[in-house]
Amino acid sequence: MPNAAPTLRLDGVAKSFGPVAALRSGTLTVHPGSIHALVGENGAGKSTLVKIVGGVHRRDAGVVELDGEPVDFTGPAEAKAAGVAVIHQEPASFPDLTVAENIYLGREPLGRFRRIDRRAMREGVRDLFRDLGVDLDPDRPAEGLSIADQQIVEIAKAISLDARLLVMDEPTAALSAVEVRRLFAVARGLRDAGRAVVFISHRLDEVADLCDTVTVMRDGEHVSTDAVADVTPDELVRRMVGRAVADLYPKVPSTPGEVVLQVEGLESTGTFHDVSFEVRAGEIVGLAGLVGAGRSEIARAVFGVDQYAAGRVVVGGKDLRPGDPAAAIAAGLALVPEDRRLQGLVTESSVARNVSAVARRRLARLGILLPDAEARLARDWSGRLEVKAGALDATATTMSGGNQQKVVLAKWLATGPKVLIVDEPTRGIDVGTKAEVHRLLSTLAAEGLAVLMISSELPEVLGMADRVLVVREGRIVAELSRAQATPERVMRAATPGASETTAETEGAA
Amino acid sequence: MRTHARPWWQRALLTREMLTILILVVAWVVASAAVQGFDGPLTITYLVLDVAPVLLIALPMTLIIATGEIDLSVASVVGLSSVTFGLLHQAGLGLWVALPVSVLLGAVCGAVNGALVAYAGLPSLAVTIGSLALYRGLAVGLLGTTAVTDFPESWTDGATENLGESPYPVITLGLVALIAVFAVLLHATPFGRNVLDIGRSSEAARFSGVDVKRTLLILFVLSGAVSALAGVYYTLRYGSARGDNATGMELQVVAAVLLGGVSIFGGRGAIHGVVAGVLLIGVLSSALRLEGVTVNVINIVIGTALVVSVVAPRIAGGVRVRRRGAVGQRT
Repeated sequence: MPNAAPTLRLDGVAKSFGPVAALRSGTLTVHPGSIHALVGENGAGKSTLVKIVGGVHRRDAGVVELDGEPVDFTGPAEAKAAGVAVIHQEPASFPDLTVAENIYLGREPLGRFRRIDRRAMREGVRDLFRDLGVDLDPDRPAEGLSIADQQIVEIAKAISLDARLLVMDEPTAALSAVEVRRLFAVARGLRDAGRAVVFISHRLDEVADLCDTVTVMRDGEHVSTDAVADVTPDELVRRMVGRAVADLYPKVPSTPGEVVLQVEGLESTGTFHDVSFEVRAGEIVGLAGLVGAGRSEIARAVFGVDQYAAGRVVVGGKDLRPGDPAAAIAAGLALVPEDRRLQGLVTESSVARNVSAVARRRLARLGILLPDAEARLARDWSGRLEVKAGALDATATTMSGGNQQKVVLAKWLATGPKVLIVDEPTRGIDVGTKAEVHRLLSTLAAEGLAVLMISSELPEVLGMADRVLVVREGRIVAELSRAQATPERVMRAATPGASETTAETEGAA
Repeated sequence: MRTHARPWWQRALLTREMLTILILVVAWVVASAAVQGFDGPLTITYLVLDVAPVLLIALPMTLIIATGEIDLSVASVVGLSSVTFGLLHQAGLGLWVALPVSVLLGAVCGAVNGALVAYAGLPSLAVTIGSLALYRGLAVGLLGTTAVTDFPESWTDGATENLGESPYPVITLGLVALIAVFAVLLHATPFGRNVLDIGRSSEAARFSGVDVKRTLLILFVLSGAVSALAGVYYTLRYGSARGDNATGMELQVVAAVLLGGVSIFGGRGAIHGVVAGVLLIGVLSSALRLEGVTVNVINIVIGTALVVSVVAPRIAGGVRVRRRGAVGQRT
């Protein structure tokens, strides 16, 4: 329906926060019955644009129209009433309420004597889920729902509010392949029902798979809008960064040296079983698998932040004390954890404090920590990693995801590790910084560092790893060399129910 | 990259701690001018003697609150240590034995709190409310309503006499030394950095290899030991070991720490601010007492100051956010 009035039209929308222009010229036209991709690096202005559409921020200038009517929301409630729904990456629901109660929160159907009509509520939610083609129990509590299911609940809520426009802000970042497929099916259903969907993602393969139109933003401005079929992913990347990205996965060949990290028969009841592998100096080992397969849990146990029931971890020939991260660090282990903002950084602290958070133990002289020793270390490492911050005492809260990740990497590299474990090293990071992180990991490995990389992005694993270990339901089910590792083989090994793993399990035992 | 976003004088002066220091100076000047007898030399002497226990206990309390925890059992440890000190003296042991034993007992009391908080994972508020009652009960139970008062004069005088001709008591030296130790511990050691990191994000601290449990245990042990030391001082200062010594002092300590700019949510705080907070409460109390104001009114003043100091940053933050919003809305 390209000729119908667009559901959403933005033209020249601008928004500044103090002296910082977050959005200079936001232009976007979304038609009903269409899935429109919005792509761009972090800081390109996508989130600001979404927040203006969702009523969180008010624009400074420009036009916003819904179905041809100019609108100016003063708050999220107004946007919601006008038919705009924003589905966040990690939706907030009330854990103690049931799924149905969450969906009907604040507008519960009432029966006799103004009592909440639970049956009507349950039936309504059943109908919604049937239309979406998902299988969720309306009566279960929201607590313990996966992120994917929480998103479905949010979408169901949006539909029950008769939203005309659904904005999904990086919905797939934390989803497994199976969950992504279900979400896409739901999104296509919405499109076919004539609703307009805006889909924000860093993953261009998903854009190509799901969307019909793609808008690129850079530095707060509109760059281009095309039919997805008319533009290649490489061209999109070039427009996003404003320059050609030579290579997103600049893997430097290296010769593996001696075994630095050796894991034998690691066992944690209900989480992972009989996990054995080794990582050599100069080698990048990829740990692939679906979200929830137990990869992060293995990394956490190896590093010592979690306990394990049996098995041993050997670093440089010496057994590590289980459950003791300080001992692991002393032995030369470093972990860049999955959740940057919660585990990787003390976001309230300054860049300098964060960079020196681990290495400061060595900086102390007679137990006293001199402030310039800390600043020198921080300046040195944030310079080497090209961290962009106003000053060393700026807090990490204000920084972009890519810069925050560089701070976490700087913090661990400052300890001079022998083994670097990185868990989703580029999740939620813009394309430019992503390539920088990859180049860094590659260079470090070439210099003799042993790297264990967990990633849910298959191209990243295949592009960077010398060897790929595939984890499925808590077990290492396949070990593939760089040459053997194809997307099909990895996915087949990773997906429960898919067979044919016998030929690939040698070396995993 | 620049080391600091702001010049040094702004970083030094525009802080929460400086505000407390400024209020302290203003309170001192006003009291000297308006309150009869405040500017005499005895004021300083009594001020130091009176605030000493609160000041001592506030030092470890600063570190505990900076991690986001709290220790409400401190005043009961003062009482228990006072009774222990008195009973050991009564039993004929020398005070040089009674003193370390009492302090050790305080450390044990702190270790019990610390173990329950750090290793059993219980909320410190609940644990230390419980041990507040427990340790106080033990103290009163051991000595009943009687008191031990026959301490040697050399000791009781030592607790109150002045340094030569100066208005400062001898104990000032010990106080200054302990303040210095805790200031270095919090602001210039990896341990102190860990304490603040735990208060900001104990999860991130754990992922950086900080032994969060051990750190908390150490802090509670320190708190118990220093509280017991304060208990011995309290006993000698008033020449009386009683089970109900220092009842309710924990509130003064917490009030002083929060007035000094330590965040009740953890992650923020400085020793110099806390020292100013303790002195501010001391100056307010002694000025009001000289004016003939009753204890109840003094408590009302201190309570109000405390609530304002906790609420003010919130309100200031809210105003800042709203003002930023208003700028954004100018279309």
